[in-house]
Amino acid sequence: MMADRRRPEPVQVVKQRRDAALHALAGGVPYIQTLGIVFDRRGDELTAILPFKDDLIGNPFLPAIHGGVTAAFLEMTAIITLSYQWLWEDVESGEIRVDELEAGELPRLPKTIDFTVDYLRSGLPRDAYARARVTRSGRRYASVMAEAWQDNRDRPFAMGTAHFLMPRGDV
Amino acid sequence: MAADKARIAREFIAAIPHSKMLGMQIEEIGDGYARITMPYSERIVGDPKTGVIHGGAVSALMDTCGGAAVMSHPTAPGGTATIDLRIDYMRAAKPGDTITAEARCTHITRNVAFVRATATDADSDNPVATATGAFTVEGK
Repeated sequence: MMADRRRPEPVQVVKQRRDAALHALAGGVPYIQTLGIVFDRRGDELTAILPFKDDLIGNPFLPAIHGGVTAAFLEMTAIITLSYQWLWEDVESGEIRVDELEAGELPRLPKTIDFTVDYLRSGLPRDAYARARVTRSGRRYASVMAEAWQDNRDRPFAMGTAHFLMPRGDV
Repeated sequence: MAADKARIAREFIAAIPHSKMLGMQIEEIGDGYARITMPYSERIVGDPKTGVIHGGAVSALMDTCGGAAVMSHPTAPGGTATIDLRIDYMRAAKPGDTITAEARCTHITRNVAFVRATATDADSDNPVATATGAFTVEGK
């Protein structure tokens, strides 16, 4: 007897759904646009990219990227990565519909409880990249680590740890 | 001398492109203390549904204010850089309100300055966020 096996979805349908979810999360946040952060998606892995511009300078004499920009970049990477991972299952199962996401209907985002950033070297005037890893994902609280680098992935210029309060399912 | 230091720190902070971008204004600076404001703006919103500003913008303000406090300390010889900064977010800032950050350098050694900072909106009795940080102490 033939097993009940559904045909895999066409790749563009999968991509459209995943990109729509990411766009719904990050596309509507004004501060992400202000800093110029974009997200690159490979499967469920996100890389945040901060293209360099003069507005991001914190020390004009070096020059170096502003520590606050670095902190915001890491925090943004952490919150979007956490949210994306959190939504992933519902997006994949069809619980959350793509057309709803595209219309801006989005579940509430996690709230930052605290955020610690370690500055490891000064941020050079060039593009920066960051990835985050969800180290704990509970019903109410989540912990996320994020790392940012520039030319060399093995030499991060900053790392951060954040704790988040997860949105309640019934809201 | 102290006034001179405050003037240099003020000029330095005023020249920071990113602080200008966010509209930061130095209200008071000197003797290891700084108070800096950041006006509400659509550009720093983190949640478009509520209009609440993003925590990252508060981080940027806290970092600037902490650095300013260190630079204005009488025994700090010159520049500074953040070693680490921890921010606790108590509540969402009220949309439309200007954020005021106050930072104080609580202790300074030859190499390290320790800073505590608070950020408030118009309701100045209930902090929006608090921060603790360590900064480098750099020669001229």
